Amino acid sequence: MPPILEVDALTIGFGNAEPVVRDVSFSVNAGETLALVGESGSGKTLTCRSVLKILPEAAQMRSGRITFAGSSGAVNLLDASERQMRQVRGNQISMIFQEPMRSLSPLHRLGNQVAEVLHIHRGLSLSAAKREVLEQFEKVGFVDPERAWRSYPFEMSGGMRQRAMIAMAMVAKPEVLIADEPTTALDVTTQAQVLGLIRKLQQDTGMAVILVTHDLGVVANMAQQVVVMNKGRVMEAGRATDVLGAPAHRYTAKLFAAAPMIPEVAKPARAMARDDVILDLHNVTKTFTLRAGGWRKPVQVTACRDVNLQVERGKTLAVVGESGSGKTTCARVALGSERPDAGGEVLFHPGSGQDPLPVHDMTTAQRTAFQREAQMVFQDPYSSLSPRMRVLDALTEPMDIHKIGNRADRRDKAAEMLRLVGLNPDMLGRYPHAFSGGQRQRLSIARALTLDPKLLICDEPTSALDVSVQEQILTLLEDIRDHAQLSYLFISHDLAVVARIADEVAVMRAGVIVEQAPPDTLFYNPQHPYTKALIAAQPEPDMSRPIDLQLVAKGAGAPTSWPEMFRFDGPDAPALRELEPGHMVRCHA
Amino acid sequence: MMFLRYAVYRFFTMLLTLWVVSILVFVIINLPPGDYLSNQIAELRATGQAEGVAKAEFLRTEYALDRPLWEQYLIWVGFSPGPNGFSGLIQGDFGWSFEFDRPVGEIVGDALWLTVLVNLAAVLFVYLIALPLGVLAAAKSETWVDYTAGFVGYLGLATPNFLLALILFYYGHKYFNLPIGGLMDPVYEGQPMSWLKVKSILLHMIVPTFVIGTSGAAAMMQRLRANMLDELSKPYVETAKAKGLAPAKLLAKYPLRMAFNPFVADIGNLLPAMVSGSVLVSVVLGLQTIGPYLLAALKSQDQFLAAFVLMFVALLTLIGTMISDMLLVLLDPRIRYGGRGA
Repeated sequence: MPPILEVDALTIGFGNAEPVVRDVSFSVNAGETLALVGESGSGKTLTCRSVLKILPEAAQMRSGRITFAGSSGAVNLLDASERQMRQVRGNQISMIFQEPMRSLSPLHRLGNQVAEVLHIHRGLSLSAAKREVLEQFEKVGFVDPERAWRSYPFEMSGGMRQRAMIAMAMVAKPEVLIADEPTTALDVTTQAQVLGLIRKLQQDTGMAVILVTHDLGVVANMAQQVVVMNKGRVMEAGRATDVLGAPAHRYTAKLFAAAPMIPEVAKPARAMARDDVILDLHNVTKTFTLRAGGWRKPVQVTACRDVNLQVERGKTLAVVGESGSGKTTCARVALGSERPDAGGEVLFHPGSGQDPLPVHDMTTAQRTAFQREAQMVFQDPYSSLSPRMRVLDALTEPMDIHKIGNRADRRDKAAEMLRLVGLNPDMLGRYPHAFSGGQRQRLSIARALTLDPKLLICDEPTSALDVSVQEQILTLLEDIRDHAQLSYLFISHDLAVVARIADEVAVMRAGVIVEQAPPDTLFYNPQHPYTKALIAAQPEPDMSRPIDLQLVAKGAGAPTSWPEMFRFDGPDAPALRELEPGHMVRCHA
Repeated sequence: MMFLRYAVYRFFTMLLTLWVVSILVFVIINLPPGDYLSNQIAELRATGQAEGVAKAEFLRTEYALDRPLWEQYLIWVGFSPGPNGFSGLIQGDFGWSFEFDRPVGEIVGDALWLTVLVNLAAVLFVYLIALPLGVLAAAKSETWVDYTAGFVGYLGLATPNFLLALILFYYGHKYFNLPIGGLMDPVYEGQPMSWLKVKSILLHMIVPTFVIGTSGAAAMMQRLRANMLDELSKPYVETAKAKGLAPAKLLAKYPLRMAFNPFVADIGNLLPAMVSGSVLVSVVLGLQTIGPYLLAALKSQDQFLAAFVLMFVALLTLIGTMISDMLLVLLDPRIRYGGRGA
């Protein structure tokens, strides 16, 4: 049987420039999954979009063939007219995108958006399509399909939205599904479930899947065939077992080395000593009042509850949790940008043995001093640097504000900081747009370091970066910590990243800490079902260790669905109990 | 039900705003020293016309201008009794115009609904022109369609209204035999409504509508184009494309719907901008709207007339904003369900 989709020597370019996708060939059979793997800029997204011919207007497909051998005979899609392509799109070949929120229209009900596919391709009216759509909603795991039909995308969580996207792509029973980083924007437990869903739908329908991803762990869990791309070219292609088992190309091997993994641990770690704490969050609860408009009742939302955390001087405390778990609120409270509810306080100890300062109750002079000593590194290096400021200005501005040194001193310091983060001091005159994502994150780290802080709060500093760049940034952060005796409060959603850098990990869910221990203890002996789910959901680039979906499902649900011992509903969570020295779990006695 | 509650809520906030506006209007009008009557009395005394002085003095007490400002305000609005009992805006008595020597209600009577009519026509014109042109310019951005639409738009923005009015009158009369000036043939003025009168008004409205609406339409078109261009690059457009939706349908269903919000929100701003912007045009074109009265009243400190016209414009604005707010709630589920979900 010939492959259902065959891409042959495809070359894509913009204008007169060098092609950005060069001579790419691959083929995928019905019922099979092919993974297109690469980092940003590798051309994988352009390649997969060229199959549907939904490239940006300026892009030209310069040469090659894309042969689609569906049930209606073989055609070269590159020769197909726009009209013919519309017959193919959504009908025979459909696509799901990375960001389920932004990829669905917020103004139309999900039912309408999904049924539209059947309207376009079968000529069905909304109500005639409804039965099929509800069936599809049920297949993608909506408990109440009727309600999903009526819902707007913003009423749903990210995972549910992506399920709706999948329902939309699947409702016309396509022969090929293209999934462009379908789980990159999702939490790791949700990712595991969505991947499981795609696999199950594929088994049921026998469609072919082209999965675009940067994550080798996802590849190992999904794909039979792998194509590794870099800078527009295919580096390595072949069966997944071969490519993942023994990568032949240097680039693939590099990707492997960079992929963060949860280590196998032979024995638990010793409890962390607590004799020199630099930052102490004590009973921090933060409630926000949402006022939606004059005619509605304000809603109270508790972002985090009874959080007690200590950052040890020179160590890294990581707070791990999914979006909405309250981890960022903790960081904001710790920095003093939010005031905790009455009863909570944050203490900062400037030096060993010195008197602690209450972060939310300081004089102006104390506050200025605190701001020098506690700095923050943000998640998105693209939006956290002003595009209108030169690197020199961005790096000297903190010293400017705190009136440190003269111009020449500040410039020297900025140059020194650039060297420290592995950039060339010649780059001081450039603007941020001239830097790559990883370089920009180095710049934000350099900016945070210009005031010689003692405490760095990193809010998901690597989650917007490619894996190989993430690896470099983590190494950099570790080096700086050991070199300058820094203490980190490290916020992340990724246990594997944390495994590497943290001395202690606090796992958060629904606003409370559910388990806290040094990483080795946590991986050796995870107790809480949510921690177990997080560990199980981590995709490993090893085909012999697939994700255990059952374990994920057990802990990833709402706190009300946890086993008796851990279950709670709303504010009456059980206390955090110490199981063994340095290992705390929130459970009923 | 949610919507009904919102409508009631919005209506009461509107009344509250209107009340605050009335205080502001009254205070501002009374800021310059003296009033129409004291100016007149001074003038009459200087020229030695005693009988005139008596009449002016009578009007001063009649309209309570001799009392403290806060009392004057309460009487004007109708919160407290004046010399003739409760007789203020609330009771439907708009006061006396000293300049025209007639009750305000009588003077502005016809002008009120003609103002509403002319400006509604202009708003409609703005939307009818801006909507297709803006969408077209965005869909065919950076082609000759876009450039032509942009050029026409900037021309509309840059041409002074009164100049446009004169040019249009000249050519409109020369080639299409359109009437010049006024909002109806003088024979129908003060006559009851009739088919011929309506026809005359419609014919007279062509040029004013065009003149008052052009710059608004040009600005609105550019805004819609920019909004549309923003929306066109959003991922949900790509999703719709990947479904196999045809381009025209896609444009209308998704990005246009999204770009529509600012469009709707503008209704509130458009009305007052047109009323105050069309004062000059009304004078030049000899339209019997309240514009010319406002100008005359402000010049001669004819306080009740000026205050009434300002209150009327404020009311139009508030009603416009209320309508656009309520439309937004109907159109955009994110506003309707705000605070729920993400």
